[in-house]
Amino acid sequence: MDPVIFLIQVLNGLQYGLLLFLVASGLTLIFGIMGIINLAHGSFYMIGAYLAFSLTRPMGNFWLALAAGVVIAALLGIALEWLVIRFLYERDHLYQVLLTYGLILIFEECRSLIWGDDVHGVQVPAALAYSIPLTDTLSYQTYRLAMSGFCLAIAFGMYWLIQKTRLGMMIRAGSFNRDMAQSLGINIGLLYRLVFALGLALAAFAGMLAAPVSSVFPGMGNQVLIVSFVVVVIGGIGSVKGALAAALAIGLADTFGKVLMPQIAGMVVYLLMAAVLLWRPTGLFGKT
Amino acid sequence: MDRQPRSLQVLLIAGLAALTVFPFVGDKFYVDFATKIMIMALFAMSLNLLVGYTGLVSLGHALFFGLAAYTLMFVTPENQPAGLFSSLAMAMGVAALASLVVGLLVLRTSGVYFIMVTLAFGEMTYFYVHDSNYLGGSDGKYIYVRPVLELFGWKPFDLENYTHFYYVALVLLVFVYATLRVLLASPFGRVIVGIKENEHRLRMLGFATLRYKLAAFVLAGMLAGLAGWLTAAHDGLVNPAMLSWHQSGQLLMMVILGGMGTPAGPILGAAALKLLELLFQGWTRHWQLLLGVFIVLSVLFVPRGLAHLFEGKRFDGKRRE
Repeated sequence: MDPVIFLIQVLNGLQYGLLLFLVASGLTLIFGIMGIINLAHGSFYMIGAYLAFSLTRPMGNFWLALAAGVVIAALLGIALEWLVIRFLYERDHLYQVLLTYGLILIFEECRSLIWGDDVHGVQVPAALAYSIPLTDTLSYQTYRLAMSGFCLAIAFGMYWLIQKTRLGMMIRAGSFNRDMAQSLGINIGLLYRLVFALGLALAAFAGMLAAPVSSVFPGMGNQVLIVSFVVVVIGGIGSVKGALAAALAIGLADTFGKVLMPQIAGMVVYLLMAAVLLWRPTGLFGKT
Repeated sequence: MDRQPRSLQVLLIAGLAALTVFPFVGDKFYVDFATKIMIMALFAMSLNLLVGYTGLVSLGHALFFGLAAYTLMFVTPENQPAGLFSSLAMAMGVAALASLVVGLLVLRTSGVYFIMVTLAFGEMTYFYVHDSNYLGGSDGKYIYVRPVLELFGWKPFDLENYTHFYYVALVLLVFVYATLRVLLASPFGRVIVGIKENEHRLRMLGFATLRYKLAAFVLAGMLAGLAGWLTAAHDGLVNPAMLSWHQSGQLLMMVILGGMGTPAGPILGAAALKLLELLFQGWTRHWQLLLGVFIVLSVLFVPRGLAHLFEGKRFDGKRRE
């Protein structure tokens, strides 16, 4: 393979992987800390993309839309946790799966009611709307590089939040022992609500970032959801570090799968998962 | 054998009697609709064996249903019927083989991993079928002729006749229901229920629990294959949506709504959900919104399912918690 093409594929793979990490880290945080398996996570990726589509023009600026979208998604998350999710903490995973499956149906139909069933596009922000030439014919979009940069910044931000701040300490305490944390005066209900909102805001943020390079279409959340599940399973449920490693591996495997083995490209990530599970049934960084 | 509440027994017998005479009074549309409900009930019973009795929450059960359906499409010659027994054996065989392979992999995991991994295997197959031109891609393929049963020139029934198809589905439903009840009362059944209650304890007692779980997984896969074969034969059409996780999700909803771990629950759940769908579809194009709201509300307020509503105070049979 030509080295320049190889470089482009590596960059694409990393960019896809980092984007997946944003979605999967929210999923794994919500599960690791709250014990909730949230199928509606992908819906927020979709909601993010549609928000980017409809906010960019009226606000005149992609970055303003991005900020507004994150706030809207977080508020939606808080409302959702208060309305239904908080009744699921004591319940079996089975009911969590079912209820959040019901939420997917609701979100998809609301999307259809508000935005219709057409495919839309979002313009790449003007400041990044050029390409870096690599050879005479090949170039790389600046926006894609910037996306990867954003995702990395978020990853570092999350590491700092969870490991270095007081809030992060409470989050870790809450995931370790809910009752003990509560009796030490930590408001667990509030903490869970924040974590849930944070996770969904991450998913929506990923959807908004992706909107200019992918298109905005119905069902886009489900695709991402299933691949994020694969990421979470490979990384080990509840492990943010594992999610990062697995997301990068999946991003690269998927990108190179499409180039090298187009016939079975759709299956590559699942085969990778099966292989990892044969080797380590609880994922790379999972607790046994 | 665990006794069911008296009121539920009465309802089941009355239901069976009503189903037996229904084709004499019902329109073709409703007879066909009832046939679909019975097939879905069969499918839901197979998942109930896993979710309700063995404690394995599979979110990829549509995989075996869809594979069996595609097998019927694959073995049906152009414009000629497939043999009933041969195509059914092939379809259930493919489903059994697939569930054996998938089962060996997914049963290494448990709990949430199991849910996610079954989902991932289902989606893997979905994408494979969706992207394969020889299987019809995203549009799927038609099966123009329904399978035919011919014993030395004698045809006991004709599946092209909607009433005949209805009775075949009814007989199969009753047969599978009775078989599962006998099976669950057998030592094998006691072990898989024990696995749900406390797998560690059973392993300490010397049961090789993995083998029992695998057996249950393969049996459930085969029954899902039976339902898939019936659906493909009935609708005359296969498409990737049959394998999608929405199919698995709705199936899980039927099992929970009816009452998981109860013999009659899946039948009640399948009927209730299908009838609701029909009702909502008559109201609005966005019927899935109503279905979603219904699912959320029923998880919050009727978590134990319809079958448990029949358990009055006078019911003295063993209660399973």
